[in-house]
Amino acid sequence: MSISLDREKCTGCKLCIASCPYFGALVMTDGKAELTDSCVECGACVASCPVSAIVLEVIPKEQVDTSQYRGVWVVGEVADGHLAGVSLELLGKGRELADTLEVPLSLLLLGDQVEDLVPVAGEYGADQVYLTQHPVLAHYRTAPFTDVICGVINRYKPEIVLFGATAMGRDLASRIAARIQAGLTADCTGLDIDPEERLLQQTRPAFGGNVMATILCRHARPQMSTVRPKVMTKLEPQPGRTATVIPVEVDLDERRAMTKLIEVIREEAGAHVNLGEADIIVSGGRGLGKPENFALIHELADALGGSVGASRATVDAGWIPAYHQVGQTGKTVHPKLYIACGISGAVQHLAGMSSSDCIVAINKDPHAPIFDVAHFGIVGDLFEVVPALIKQLKQAEGQVSGD
Amino acid sequence: MNIIVCIKQVPDTTEVRIDPATGTLVREGVPSIINPFDENAIEAALQLAEANEGSRVTIITMGPPQADQALREAVAMGADQGILVSDRAFAGSDTLATSYTLARAVRHVGDFDLILCGKQAFDGDTAQVGPGLAEHLGIPQITYAIGLEVEGKKLRVKRLLEDRYEVVEARLPALVTVVKQANDPRHPGLRGVMKARKAEIPVWTAADIEADVARCGLSGSPTNVLRVFAPTRHAKGERLEGEPAEVAAQLYDKLHATQVV
Repeated sequence: MSISLDREKCTGCKLCIASCPYFGALVMTDGKAELTDSCVECGACVASCPVSAIVLEVIPKEQVDTSQYRGVWVVGEVADGHLAGVSLELLGKGRELADTLEVPLSLLLLGDQVEDLVPVAGEYGADQVYLTQHPVLAHYRTAPFTDVICGVINRYKPEIVLFGATAMGRDLASRIAARIQAGLTADCTGLDIDPEERLLQQTRPAFGGNVMATILCRHARPQMSTVRPKVMTKLEPQPGRTATVIPVEVDLDERRAMTKLIEVIREEAGAHVNLGEADIIVSGGRGLGKPENFALIHELADALGGSVGASRATVDAGWIPAYHQVGQTGKTVHPKLYIACGISGAVQHLAGMSSSDCIVAINKDPHAPIFDVAHFGIVGDLFEVVPALIKQLKQAEGQVSGD
Repeated sequence: MNIIVCIKQVPDTTEVRIDPATGTLVREGVPSIINPFDENAIEAALQLAEANEGSRVTIITMGPPQADQALREAVAMGADQGILVSDRAFAGSDTLATSYTLARAVRHVGDFDLILCGKQAFDGDTAQVGPGLAEHLGIPQITYAIGLEVEGKKLRVKRLLEDRYEVVEARLPALVTVVKQANDPRHPGLRGVMKARKAEIPVWTAADIEADVARCGLSGSPTNVLRVFAPTRHAKGERLEGEPAEVAAQLYDKLHATQVV
């Protein structure tokens, strides 16, 4: 990719200068804008120009010099002041990829006052942290994150960039890929290196999990993937292992952020609502009979330290908020343990949870399709089995703490 | 208000399988449907159009000639027109080439205030084309919308995220992707079906939309599928039987043995 500015067309309105996140990349000379050597070709100014004087030229993928691109990057996601679990998992996987390629592993950290997270990145495997801090980056928004990251990618040229396949990661990675003409593979569950060609082999489910596909990006760089939470394994943190900080200075303007966050609504308190990050999920279906009976599901989830999921039918009926919904039209989850209570197992539900490590199904109907994917099936009344299981768990816990 | 909805015709995914002998996708006899998330985008567009008199809803799809059927279904639901973007040059497009091609088609439509897309397609599940399209057009994107309102040039969207909702504002023109829970798509009425049958569906080629063919189809796609294969399924599970207290104890032991609990 390369950027060009047509001074014949330029009207000297300076909107591009206001939009530029990098200091000194655009200056005014003789009443017209000019690109300087500080430009990192992030592309933020292109959309700002009212007369289309600035153009990002696309380099045909076969002409990209792939040898210029080195290093594995993870784009960090910050949630409530912490690095999200998926970011730590990606550092674990990224470490393995970087070691195979014999290149450094870097974390891209964007936010406002997030330097406290640098040591965490080092302990979980990062060699370097590209650190960008600015009040406009306090919460994730597409436009400023895209502008900054495209600039850092064009300046330092990584060969691989990994994002979590979260709401943020999928929103961001798609926009970046379109701007820098990178190859992007969504929702990967497997990543490997082809050692001969140094290519990233990206494996992902398609058609609701009925088909797996392995995707390559031979020519364009970087090779980018979004990766499902809970599929990769984070490393054991090594206390004292440090990462080198590479500060990235930016000049952002709230007025150029394109979107404004008005309100965040959380209907429930607690950290156990995010199903994508959960190790254990207990889900309830229509077999619960009425909304109040979700209390039983919550009780079992609490006893296991897990999160509560739901079938589409219960969400459609308004028994529980939509972000609990598991399935093809809700969330795809990959916990260590998934307990389905009173869920018959429509194909759309199975598509969202059948890759869980261990599946337990409790249902009255012995022919319910959920039993086809269950590792352990219990044909019975959930209102008898679930309380018995809660009792069992509490007894076991009592024994452990009584030792 | 001029609203454009970009849709995709997809195979009814639950019926797609891998042929174990050849390792290729079996698509024969699999019915085609409008991507279910795109039906929610169409419904959202129709609701906004009803609330804003003088609005126009245009549906665009990129696909083979038979994707005409998906556009007719959208017109039957109430859309004003459908446009099929179809050319051999588009074959083999990944999400980057698709979003570029759709951006050219949108430019060819002309003025627009809002573009709606489904959250993702049922077959590929990537959720990449909507944001890619917004980038090519240089407009704001708001993904995962469960509700949206337009007031003059101001757009307000409620987003459904992992563990919360977010309310976000942007100025039009903008692109919004819509989740399943946003609404219940309407069924076409008899009048709609009649209108759809007679509707003129123009077919736009790469030349019509002035697309650079080097950025379309296979040549414009940085990613390639190396292979497809069937996922490994675990062996048939185990049934636990007995009184509730017994099965609970058995299950606890099993989970304990595998160190899950």
